[in-house]
Amino acid sequence: MLSIGLGHYLTLAAIIFTIGIVGIFLNRKNIIVILMSIELILLAVNINLVSFSIFINDLSGQVFTLFILTVAAAEAAIGLAIIVVYYRNSGTIRVEEIDKLKG
Amino acid sequence: MIAHAIVFYIFSLIAIVSAIMVTVSKNTVNSVFFLILDFISISCLFIMIGAEFLGMIMLIVYVGAVAVLFLFVVMMLNVAQQKNEWFNSSGRSSHIPVGLLVSIIIFFELIIVIGGWKYKPDLLDSIAIEINTDLTNTQSLGSVIYTDYIHLFQLSGMVLLVAMIGAIVLTFRQRSGVKRQSYFKQISRDRKDGIELVDVENNKGVKIDA
Repeated sequence: MLSIGLGHYLTLAAIIFTIGIVGIFLNRKNIIVILMSIELILLAVNINLVSFSIFINDLSGQVFTLFILTVAAAEAAIGLAIIVVYYRNSGTIRVEEIDKLKG
Repeated sequence: MIAHAIVFYIFSLIAIVSAIMVTVSKNTVNSVFFLILDFISISCLFIMIGAEFLGMIMLIVYVGAVAVLFLFVVMMLNVAQQKNEWFNSSGRSSHIPVGLLVSIIIFFELIIVIGGWKYKPDLLDSIAIEINTDLTNTQSLGSVIYTDYIHLFQLSGMVLLVAMIGAIVLTFRQRSGVKRQSYFKQISRDRKDGIELVDVENNKGVKIDA
């Protein structure tokens, strides 16, 4: 309990990952919160990589985390741009009303 | 050791609570603030276990750029007033129990994997880049990403460039009815376009059709 090992970090990452998935599933408000949930999921993945990298003494996990950070930032920028364009065209970003594709 | 445990539990508790608040918060602006809190506490955890560079980069990239981007978009789109209609949404809310079920299953699968998992015995022999304890974290990362991973590093720069161009192209809007200068048109005008010489007869005016 008091000695923090790899399992603690992995559990924290699992909890945050699940919260992110819950946020994607249960959201009915707007897409921005879904994007934030995706950021949470990527954060959980980063926690996993960094804690593995520290606990097995291998630096390549942190390098990988660096690239994930880059891709996450690019993804957030593109996603928000798409949301802005969609809002401009249709006037809403409520998840329930986005049904142009009739999926 | 005990201090390490206490700090870990405090930060991870803050991270989990703020992650929950991101998803259930009524106001989108509050969600963004809780996202910032989440990133800050996780980066404190990173700094605590010895990945200082990534913790700092996380603060700069996420709190400094991504969260501010989210805030700007929330401000621009005027969604802050929309009320959250999570569990009391009207009518077809059958996806909520299914979503909760799937999430709980995913969580328990992850916990089972974490609980019943062991190192492969020869894992420690297959380390790609061993962490040198003489160097700082930033130094050792820098000595790796500028040599071994230079191509990936530059490719990630290209990813950022493409994302930037894509965001600009997507949100660029040509408004109609806005007068603007066109230098090319101005420069490429010659005398024939601008001036017309008219012979004026005596005692008669000139009819100019514009």
